[in-house]
Amino acid sequence: MARITLDHIRHAYGPNPVSDHDYALREVDHEWEDGGAYALLGPSGCGKTTLLNIISGLLHPSHGRILFDGKDVTDLSTEARNIAQVFQFPVIYDTMTVYDNLAFPLRNRGVPEPEIDRRVRDMLEIIDLSDWANRKAQRLTADQKQKISLGRGLVRNDVNAILFDEPLTVIDPHMKWVLRSQLKRLHKKFGFTMVYVTHDQTEALTFADKVVVMYEGEIVQIGTPAELFERPRHTFVGYFIGSPGMNVLPARLDGARAVVGNETLALDHAPVVAPGDKIEIGIRPEFIHLGREGMPVRINRVEDIGRHRIVRAEFEGQPIAIVSPENEDIPAEARITFDPGAVNIYANSWRVGAKV
Amino acid sequence: MEKTWNNKAWFLVLPVLLLVAFSAVIPLMTVVNYSVQDTFGNNEFFWAGTDWFSQILSSPRFWDALGRNLFFSLIILLIEIPLGIFIALNMPKHGIGVPVCLVLMALPLLIPWNVVGTIWQVFGRVDIGLLGHTLEALGIDYNYVRNPTDAWVTVILMDVWHWTSLVVLLCYAGLVSIPDAYYQAAKIDGASRWAVFRYIQLPKMKRVLLIAVLLRFMDSFMIYTEPFVVTGGGPGNSTTFLSIDLVKMAIGQFDLGPAAAMSIIYFLIILLMSWVFYTVMTSSDADA
Repeated sequence: MARITLDHIRHAYGPNPVSDHDYALREVDHEWEDGGAYALLGPSGCGKTTLLNIISGLLHPSHGRILFDGKDVTDLSTEARNIAQVFQFPVIYDTMTVYDNLAFPLRNRGVPEPEIDRRVRDMLEIIDLSDWANRKAQRLTADQKQKISLGRGLVRNDVNAILFDEPLTVIDPHMKWVLRSQLKRLHKKFGFTMVYVTHDQTEALTFADKVVVMYEGEIVQIGTPAELFERPRHTFVGYFIGSPGMNVLPARLDGARAVVGNETLALDHAPVVAPGDKIEIGIRPEFIHLGREGMPVRINRVEDIGRHRIVRAEFEGQPIAIVSPENEDIPAEARITFDPGAVNIYANSWRVGAKV
Repeated sequence: MEKTWNNKAWFLVLPVLLLVAFSAVIPLMTVVNYSVQDTFGNNEFFWAGTDWFSQILSSPRFWDALGRNLFFSLIILLIEIPLGIFIALNMPKHGIGVPVCLVLMALPLLIPWNVVGTIWQVFGRVDIGLLGHTLEALGIDYNYVRNPTDAWVTVILMDVWHWTSLVVLLCYAGLVSIPDAYYQAAKIDGASRWAVFRYIQLPKMKRVLLIAVLLRFMDSFMIYTEPFVVTGGGPGNSTTFLSIDLVKMAIGQFDLGPAAAMSIIYFLIILLMSWVFYTVMTSSDADA
């Protein structure tokens, strides 16, 4: 269990990186708390797996240092870092039994056999494979194989951190819930630092204390699910988190007012921006009220998804999504109002404003 | 579910059937025909029954040759399989080294058998051969024409040189198909180099190794050209393998009947041994 410090990490796969585009990781400089559950969230190719492999030591960063509890581990091997990692696709040792698969990392570290037996049996219980202990691992289903991979990581409960690289991709949906809640329980019990890579926002939001959103090789925001939802630091976070994502509309600032097309919105503060910045406002579909008062919109489409409806409309020539409660009717001459506190202002895609 | 029988499909396999019939079945039947008859030329045949078979099976000449064959195949497998695995493990997986190694490995395989024989025949000669002459100059007594051990060493070296590449290429193909995640997981699990080989690489190579063992067994068991060119079966009978003996009998002595009987026995042995190899090596797959 360790506090993980990422000290100005940059990584390029090519030999001679010149511009920012050559870097898979542009710059990561953060400290992750001991015993925290972090989810690394972002689209494919944003550098999540690169960052994970740098933490585990499978990759050596081009620049920067990694510290566990303040101790520099940048040049240490994976083994010396005492890290467990679970990969996207199941890795099992075909010729071994399920039991031996789980015992393998412990035996390699010279754990005494009675201790191995106790831990492996516990873990078999947790992943629900006790009845399969003496079967060859080769013929199991993908689900079972991935449970073995998870078990091989979790059986070492004295590790500095456990890293998960989209481990539930191959698991069927029901089993996903079961495994995820078991992971949470284990995390509470053992208190290891946990880093969980995913591109599934539901998974990230339900799983982690802190969600780390990555975009184009950078960490754009680290926050609790509520922070990510209410105050996205970057328009990408607004767009990526939430379903549908945040509406981002080009705008102009006029003191404590924002102008979108012909409409003017009153803000609760006067944002400070540099002249020439690209200004946008961000408003979540949940914080737009559809009714007979406010600014006119043209409704294109209504999607009923059960608990509420998503109204796709056009506002000042821009597409906009609105979440409307199930029982409210949608007037023909629809108008909208924005929750004043829910409007975020972005300059060059980064959030500006009084509240952080 | 009810199956519909479509007899038109037979027409599609007909060309292959004909080809196999002319290239394998008919010649084989001809041999069977010879093996139960006696002839003195003139296209006259006399029924001989199983006489030739019992004659072959009771002749020490046959058993000696069979013994040499088995010993040769055993040595070949014991050298080429581990050596092939070892080379494949050490071949580069990325970069310019890959095509270079592959071409180097493929070179011996591209050389015809009789040329390989000729190369080694010259290479080993004591008067002008690079190997033979060098050994002679170093004071090592080496002469594959006179010394049976030297003849064996030469034939085995030649086969290893010629065919280890096949094992290497097959193993290499098995190795490169292993996803990186396996090696990464092994690092995370703290596996030693030996454990990586034992639990990841070897199981993943199992299928290609089976093919390699089968091919090398069958080929080495049927070896003819190279020892024929290099030693001609000698000195004495020390490198006279079944195939060489067979040709001596059929062409040299024109004993068609015994030769045909021997071919059939030879064929059945290879068939049986291959089946045994295959069954033994795939049986571990079945238990689960």
